[in-house]
Amino acid sequence: MKILPKHSLKAWVDRLRATHRVVAPRETYGQYIFEEIENADDLVLDYHTSVLPPKKYLLPPREDLFAFNAKTMEMSPLIEEIQPTVIMALHTCDLHAITLLDKIQGTGHTDQHYQARRRKTTLVSIECLKPCMDHAFCKSMGTLAVPEGFDVHLTDLGDRYAVEIGSEQGEQLIEGLSLFWEPVEADYDRVNQVMAGKWPNFDYRLDCDVTDLPDLLAANQDSALWDEVGDTCLACGQCTKVCPTCYCFDVLDEIDLKLEHGKRIRVWDSCLIEKFAVVAGGHNFRSSQARRLRHRFLRKGKYQYESYGLLGCVGCGRCALSCPAHITPIGLLNTLAERRRPATEEASSQS
Amino acid sequence: MTTLLRETLTHSSIYMPTPARIVEVEQFTEVEKWFHLELPSGFTIDHKPGQFVEVSILGIGEAPISICSSPARSNGSFELCVRRVGKLTDALHRLDVGSMIAVRGPFGHGFPIDRFHGKDIIFIAGGLGLAPLRSLITEVLDERGKYGRVALLYGARTPNDFLFPADLAAWADRDDVECHVTVDRPSEGWDGPVGVITTLLPKVKFPARNTVVAIVGPPVMYRFVLDELLAAGIAEGNIWLSFERQMKCGVGKCGHCQMHHIYTCQQGPVLSYAEVKNLEEALS
Repeated sequence: MKILPKHSLKAWVDRLRATHRVVAPRETYGQYIFEEIENADDLVLDYHTSVLPPKKYLLPPREDLFAFNAKTMEMSPLIEEIQPTVIMALHTCDLHAITLLDKIQGTGHTDQHYQARRRKTTLVSIECLKPCMDHAFCKSMGTLAVPEGFDVHLTDLGDRYAVEIGSEQGEQLIEGLSLFWEPVEADYDRVNQVMAGKWPNFDYRLDCDVTDLPDLLAANQDSALWDEVGDTCLACGQCTKVCPTCYCFDVLDEIDLKLEHGKRIRVWDSCLIEKFAVVAGGHNFRSSQARRLRHRFLRKGKYQYESYGLLGCVGCGRCALSCPAHITPIGLLNTLAERRRPATEEASSQS
Repeated sequence: MTTLLRETLTHSSIYMPTPARIVEVEQFTEVEKWFHLELPSGFTIDHKPGQFVEVSILGIGEAPISICSSPARSNGSFELCVRRVGKLTDALHRLDVGSMIAVRGPFGHGFPIDRFHGKDIIFIAGGLGLAPLRSLITEVLDERGKYGRVALLYGARTPNDFLFPADLAAWADRDDVECHVTVDRPSEGWDGPVGVITTLLPKVKFPARNTVVAIVGPPVMYRFVLDELLAAGIAEGNIWLSFERQMKCGVGKCGHCQMHHIYTCQQGPVLSYAEVKNLEEALS
């Protein structure tokens, strides 16, 4: 652990900007977005959830895959060599999300486009000390605790930050800088005090234990709730756009008017959109909005857990905030849990 | 010799294909064409029956298509049978011999042919489903001695919709293959069976215990055929089906082909009934 006095934060960011692109939350029209910081004064470490998660720096909404000449059949990969980037002040939910994305993109056939961006990206996270918005349920999902996966982690101790180093890449961000101090006994005490004080600020909002989620979803695949909620879903795909762990994409070709030079690109796609699962000939194997909604929930709460050992939902609450039909994961999951309860009690009273 | 898969995976982007040239074309039906494709010198396709390639026409797009040729006879070339149903296949149908396309793969898990050894085999093809099955059928017939009895049941919409006419004639001529075809609607001069594919099943009297079944056809066919096979006592793990899904990436990332927890491009496209029996996105 190191100590960074708050008044030295700007100096640190200025030093980082000499060698890195520094992106951080910035206030825009009352909301926060991750954007490159051009002036250390713009930096905000105390912010409520950003509109889009920082995944946009690893999986951009639109990304080039390769360039081609359709006449000569020449092709060349377009792996963007981004400048070294520091993502500053990630909330722990977003950090957990990147840990999952790393696992997914690195499993099986490695996606080199993701890897190229990820290699050049250093993650500086910040301890969340108070709830950032009503829809968040990070404490229930177990993402309020810091995962391994940060390069540098900051904890606000009032007039100074406690600075944990999580990797060699993180070490390089503070190496040799006289802005950082060695901690003294009082700093450790203060960290413990702050950490102990933060947990009561957050509520458990999920009515079942998070470890029970995969089973809850598995047992309720045929629940009428999917139809009830599916009927209200507008299939806009907004929830997947703002989700820090959604990564599905569509592949498109773009070509000039001479039909010669072009690019293959990918763009974000959404399993909530009606045509997502349509196959050649028109058959849709996820044919109702209820099934599409269920797929998204089971993917987050069951399939990804089974495949990667991590849940696909980090409880950030962005989907609930952005849903024009007011569908919320907490509302949906708690209703499932509630409807299951009488049946379970009945079964146990019989035995 | 380098395999196409090795080439695909060593490109600095897994999404970048390798050029291939059309060397032969045959129009099977109004909407289905057969393409013989050649890879650049030094490359082999090295596929397993049931696997697919991502086929590109640069500037148009990419789509997954099953390989219909025999692995043993590939030798730097391979074959596809393509129905004209969308943007990519429409453009592909307009290409002539000598045109260049591009391919990635082969991807996915094909038919587990080792598990067919010593067993009686029923191939059940509906329409274009004969294309991926042809790859398996030729592989089986190339080493005919490794298997028990072999039957092919093939259903097409009309007598004009039969694919691979030369192969069908050759298989029908063999006395070690039972060949049964049917059409939904007869045309003039057709004196063969008329009816859906399940009407052919009673013609094959294989003992259920030692029989494996490989089925490829339209989604609507699976439910009916499965009902009959299960009623006949074929083991769930001995029924193998291929699932056509819109694999946009082929490498388990884009999400389009996912049926419940299964990425069809990775664990499939060939899966046993035992693996999918409770998955409504696979069988409805």
